[in-house]
Amino acid sequence: MLCERCQERTAEVHLTTIENDEMATVHLCAKCAEGQGISFTAAASAPLADFLAQISGGAEELPQGVRGEPCPYCGNSSDDFRRTGRLGCPECYAHFEGQLRGLLRRIHGSTQHVGRLYLGAGTGAEDRHTKLRSLRLRLDRAVELEDFEAAAELRDQIHLLEGSER
Amino acid sequence: MTGGNGAGSTPTRVEDRGTSWLDASGSDHEIVLSTRVRLARNLQGYVFSVRAGAEDRLGILDRVRGALAATGRLEEGGVLWEMADLEPVDRRLLHERHIVSRELIGPDDGTPPVGAALAITSSGPCGLMINEEDHLRLQSLRNGMELEAAWGEVSALDEALGRELPFAFHHEFGFLTCCPTNVGTGLRASVLLHLPGLVLTKEISKVLQGISQVGLTYRGLYGEGSDIVGNFFQISNQTTLGKSESDLVDHLREIVGQVVEYEKRARAVLLREAPNVLEDKVWRAYGILRHARSLSFDETMNLLSGVRLGLTLKLLRTPRVRTLNEIMIFAQSAHLERRAGRTLDEGDADVYRASLVRERLAAESGDGSSPGEPRPDADKSTR
Ligand SMILES: [Zn+2]
Ligand SMILES: [Zn+2]
Repeated sequence: MLCERCQERTAEVHLTTIENDEMATVHLCAKCAEGQGISFTAAASAPLADFLAQISGGAEELPQGVRGEPCPYCGNSSDDFRRTGRLGCPECYAHFEGQLRGLLRRIHGSTQHVGRLYLGAGTGAEDRHTKLRSLRLRLDRAVELEDFEAAAELRDQIHLLEGSER
Repeated sequence: MTGGNGAGSTPTRVEDRGTSWLDASGSDHEIVLSTRVRLARNLQGYVFSVRAGAEDRLGILDRVRGALAATGRLEEGGVLWEMADLEPVDRRLLHERHIVSRELIGPDDGTPPVGAALAITSSGPCGLMINEEDHLRLQSLRNGMELEAAWGEVSALDEALGRELPFAFHHEFGFLTCCPTNVGTGLRASVLLHLPGLVLTKEISKVLQGISQVGLTYRGLYGEGSDIVGNFFQISNQTTLGKSESDLVDHLREIVGQVVEYEKRARAVLLREAPNVLEDKVWRAYGILRHARSLSFDETMNLLSGVRLGLTLKLLRTPRVRTLNEIMIFAQSAHLERRAGRTLDEGDADVYRASLVRERLAAESGDGSSPGEPRPDADKSTR
């Protein structure tokens, strides 16, 4: 189906409206929809690969890996990543760490996880000392990265835990 | 769910599962169709699903099955279905019910990915997809605006499974996911909203723009990249890293609460400014659904939107919201094929769809135009 407005591109957005008391469905391409303030592509269907293509001008932001080599564990290369927007294995995060940071900051506005802690299978969630140590490590890291929002959150969590110790 | 099964027996057939979220029981259920919370998790020591061979994928499935059994969550009605073991129409059925993703079931005319499976736990409407883009996708799907309940369920399942399975976790980046857009908490919370008032008053663009500016995103009814039909909008958190799970959930709840208020206001404006037009639209939508002999899915969705609006504005007394929810799901092609007992081409499906809709509406009609049918307000639930 072609876009009703430009009659050129494929219609991707189908929106029901009332015009002159008539209920109608308009079929628009992403671009024309955007012209109406409905940014469908940006919001709805931006796979990371598209996003990576958009920013590939700033190539230094893309994961290059250690000396440009693929991940030693899974063989995922920075080209693979650029093409698919997907990493190959958990170790990829360590391998591409330096360069991933810039990307994560662009996507999430932060690189520091401040959510649920995970201490590994078989550990009870109540190992407070391990938890505190890990939180303090992450706090140091957040301060180092000048991620003050994350740091504040981590400080709160630490105070909370320390409080429950007494 | 269908209360018709014998006492104590829990349905284990595919067609009996995954519809409890349609029951119109949640808060603000007239505007908020459903709430979903999902967590992405991966196992340390395995490559991500995209790179995993059959052996790895089956190994992962085995470990997850074992972990679920160890937590007792497969007892008393819990099930674990490998997609490859299901009939193709049942796989599509689950997809149409929004409890498995397209990625998990594979193409309609092909085979599902090796080791792809769905588990539905015994406790509540919570479950997980196995060997999806991430090894595990824990999810809870509930009716209405129920973010806390959905998060609570998924969170408990996560803690239980995390004691049995080695999740991939990084001191800085948090829970590691195949796609960096999910890393950190791995949490995606989304709410499906019916917003005809904002669409009709042309306020919707402003609202959606506002949503994009506060770290949230929106899409159509069927997930990523899907069309917007029937004035349904799915709103979810955009980022997953740098905020805690509860902050992400609270933020979404706050913003959705505002959108619901805007929607209510827009409906009040419509009712005040154009009552005749509105009433006419609603009854026309109802009339077509009640009598048409052929209905495409999109047309059905758009007409259902009108009827749903009419119900909440008290312009219509029947059917129940729950019935509208069910029609939305049961009027899709795999559901129609299940009902027909054969595959249907598009034309046949449209005819079957119209007949299903007529039947469901007639069963609850309050206008006396269908002799022999239940009287108005013959609500089966006992109050
Ligand atoms: Zn166009
Ligand atoms: Zn790797």
